Amino acid sequence: MLNYALRRLLITIPILILSTFLTFGFVSSSGDPLADLRQQPNITQEQIQRVREMRGLDDPFPVQYLRWVEQIPQGGFGEYLISPRPIWPDLQRVMGNTLQLVVAAELIAFAIAVTLGAVSAKKQYSVFDYSTTTLSFLGFSMPSFWFALLLQVGVVIIYRWTGYRIFPIANLSSPNPGTGMAFWLDRAHHLVLPIASLAIFSIASYSRYMRASMLEVMSSDYIRTARAKGLSERKITTRHMMRNALIPTVTVAALSFGTLISGAIVIETVFGLDGMGRYFINVIGRRDPYPIMAWLVIVGFFLMLANLLADLLYGYLDPRIRYE
Amino acid sequence: MSEPSQPDERPKAQDVPVRTGLGGADIVTDDAGLHRADDSGEAPEYHDGTQIVARSQWQLFRRRFFRHKLAMGSMLFLLIITLAAFNAERVAPYGFNEIDVVMRSTPPTFEGWHLFGTDQLGRDYFSRVIYGTRVSLQVAVVVAIISTLIGTTLGAVAGYYRGWVDAILMRFADLIIIVPLLAVLLIFAAFFGQGQPMRIGVIIALLSWPSLARIVRGVFLSLREKEYVQAARAAGAGDLRIMFRHMLPNTMGPILVNMTLVLAAAILLEATLAFLGLGVNPPTPALGLLINAGRSSMLTSWWLIIMPGLTIVAIALAINFVGDGLRDALDPTQQEK
Amino acid sequence: MGAEPQFVDAPTGVADAEPLLSIRDLVTEFKTPDGIVHAVDGVSYEVFPGETLGVVGESGSGKSVTVMSVLRLIPQPPGRIANGQILLDGTDLLQLSDADMRKVRGKDVAMIFQDPMTSLNPVLSVGDQLAEAILVHNDIGEDAARKRVVELLELVGVPNADQRFDQYPHEYSGGMRQRAMIAMAMANQPKILIADEPTTALDVTIQAQVLEVLQRAKQETNAGVILITHDLGVIAEMADRVVVMYGGRVVETGTVDEIFHSPKHPYTLGLLSSLPRPDVDMERLVPIPGQPPSLINLPSGCSFHPRCHLGEGRQTCRTEIPPLFELGPMRASACHFHEEMEDEIHRVESTTGTAIEGDEA
Repeated sequence: MLNYALRRLLITIPILILSTFLTFGFVSSSGDPLADLRQQPNITQEQIQRVREMRGLDDPFPVQYLRWVEQIPQGGFGEYLISPRPIWPDLQRVMGNTLQLVVAAELIAFAIAVTLGAVSAKKQYSVFDYSTTTLSFLGFSMPSFWFALLLQVGVVIIYRWTGYRIFPIANLSSPNPGTGMAFWLDRAHHLVLPIASLAIFSIASYSRYMRASMLEVMSSDYIRTARAKGLSERKITTRHMMRNALIPTVTVAALSFGTLISGAIVIETVFGLDGMGRYFINVIGRRDPYPIMAWLVIVGFFLMLANLLADLLYGYLDPRIRYE
Repeated sequence: MSEPSQPDERPKAQDVPVRTGLGGADIVTDDAGLHRADDSGEAPEYHDGTQIVARSQWQLFRRRFFRHKLAMGSMLFLLIITLAAFNAERVAPYGFNEIDVVMRSTPPTFEGWHLFGTDQLGRDYFSRVIYGTRVSLQVAVVVAIISTLIGTTLGAVAGYYRGWVDAILMRFADLIIIVPLLAVLLIFAAFFGQGQPMRIGVIIALLSWPSLARIVRGVFLSLREKEYVQAARAAGAGDLRIMFRHMLPNTMGPILVNMTLVLAAAILLEATLAFLGLGVNPPTPALGLLINAGRSSMLTSWWLIIMPGLTIVAIALAINFVGDGLRDALDPTQQEK
Repeated sequence: MGAEPQFVDAPTGVADAEPLLSIRDLVTEFKTPDGIVHAVDGVSYEVFPGETLGVVGESGSGKSVTVMSVLRLIPQPPGRIANGQILLDGTDLLQLSDADMRKVRGKDVAMIFQDPMTSLNPVLSVGDQLAEAILVHNDIGEDAARKRVVELLELVGVPNADQRFDQYPHEYSGGMRQRAMIAMAMANQPKILIADEPTTALDVTIQAQVLEVLQRAKQETNAGVILITHDLGVIAEMADRVVVMYGGRVVETGTVDEIFHSPKHPYTLGLLSSLPRPDVDMERLVPIPGQPPSLINLPSGCSFHPRCHLGEGRQTCRTEIPPLFELGPMRASACHFHEEMEDEIHRVESTTGTAIEGDEA
């Protein structure tokens, strides 16, 4: 198992390096970063030229790339194009917030979806099965930002009726969140609606996969063997079915991490959360390539991490994988 | 409903294997010996138990699909929506920027046919939603067609040739699958400017082919070992002919199902882009843009976010139902309801 | 045999011992979109202590469904045991509660399945899966269970049993997995051991070894064995008595010698002359014409009549379902014209160029 984990880790490194190259190539070929600057009337040609030289924008591509890559391990992604502020502190701040949102949403979605999927498979064609199926269809036919708006409206309507604000509809924390436990409780309270909005799609999709793989497992020969042994239905479900059925579901969940990041971009915008998603929208609006590249590298890093975790989980669940 | 058995319904020996994604083998035997057989209503007095109705896979598939009420209803709904959207100029009661000064911020009403209400300026939301639907559908169709072409071709090539071609294509597909699609789209939109539905569609398509490519590859990998493919190769058929004439028809089922998934995903993605203000060029009213515009007054004019949102949900849901009907119809093991 | 054929409910012959397991009038159906499949249609047979009962028939003859019904492992829905009794030591298994039935499974009645590749859970170690079978029915610790499993694995000829305990199914070869399955089945000293096509999925070279292990398991447990197969070679080698099934019904019963050398049903004769046999050199094989019957619309009358030479043109065969005619102790045939079988055998002998009728008959 350790051997397997190390191998997976080693594979990650070249992919990460490749992804920085692709990122740089993609963003730097996306257009002239100074296009906005040129259009401003009070900026002279000389000033633009100075920025170009300072940033080395006229250097050949490999030189630019290497210079950019070199600074990453030193803990920085350089400075913003126009203002001479470092990028890293900003990213650091938003990263933690987004991770809280995304990881919580993923874990909650996975737990709920696995339960729903397993139960509907066990009770195939029951009312429960039909209801979860219908709800999951609704779940992945609904834009998450719209669902988020509905939640906000709902909370306000309840507030108008009862005078009680059940959940905050914006921001990550109260103005005076306190410290320690109080801070985290306040944070959790603020994250309820964003997490719900983000998780709804994942719940819908993972539960379908879980149901399908559970059904497949249920009709497999080794389940018949387990029954023939005289095991109780409960034991058959927990010991023989769930683990096998989880294998494809874990893969799907791991591959969906990118989708969650996409979701975070929208959800953070709707709820005004100071996370990577809203940060991304801001820097996109300014067309500043440097923070965009930094953002992509960070996201790439998290994707690799998620993939690695999934691989490990996969290896734990399925002994056949460990030996390949 | 049962069909009378007609001996001339037996398909001629064809180069389609019995067991593929399309199901519908003429005799299905499992270990319990369940023989799919004559299901004609009247039981003849004498029978020797060997009359078997053979149906071609497509016949069986059509029969199962047309029986799927939800899918058929959804098809009809989509057909109406599509016709309405592409004839928006004739169908919509107002132009998308036309202003009814008398009826501003009006909730849905039959008065003046403001079925979805009006905004603060007095623009009719029913008309704007129809025009917005057109944008959504245009993008979705472009995405579905292009990503299906790319996915099928690359998947077929990877599955047919295997080896390093397969390895490279699939690693590439893996990479694209995990990339946050929305982020890349936003970068495109920011640097190349917002665009026409066509352009947005092409960009989405370029990033959404991998799942189909994987599916097609999987089918091709298993098909290329089949006897009839080996036979075709032995008979000297060229690679292209084998791929398109012999193998591709057997991948149609999964391709169709995947197409519905891509369509629904594209509708949602386009709505999200438009919501973030980076979709098609304004003033064309995309559905996401309408919702974004309604946000500031959503507590008073609820219809401004509800109506466009419901439209998106209805379309995506209908597409998913059609996909579900296709999947059921294609899966021979599914229990018919 | 010129005795008047007489109708009996079940072919209960005059036997010294009481039957261990007695299946009576079993009817098992499956609901499908195309109609109700009558997979098992009034099957009765018995298993006596220490004997090996071979059950033969084409796929779809209901032989597997019958034994799956014994263990009540028929998926419900779409399956349903519509009628009958399954008496194990006098207790009707069909009347037991689910909890009581679980105590029977794997303890009194154990089963070995056809495909060892898929019959073991891929994500649990083989040893754990065997130990589970013991722990379910016995109040012992895990260490004791492990010890017992290692013993069992050694008994069925798995080398390095102690190390292989912790290995997963994919690390076992097909033959080894089937050995492990046999070990699992004999773990609780069952009274009845059901082997459903135990060698079909295996290499020919492995088949003999696995049969040998099965024989050892039988001696070890002194269980009555039901051996389901379509391989007449396996029957000849292993079985004491044979039940021939066709279209969900029993068509003939008898000892191995009787079945092989003086078959009393045209279908049995068809099987014998259509398959290569280990004991007789045949010049030519004669296939049974036609296809196995549809179990949704069974042929009227004798379900074998569309494919039968003996029944050709005979009204009785088309309209009357033949009862199982008792022809002697534990000997029965469900053919209206079983008395004409001798001529039929001669006809087939002249086609195949071999003597079917042996001295024993």
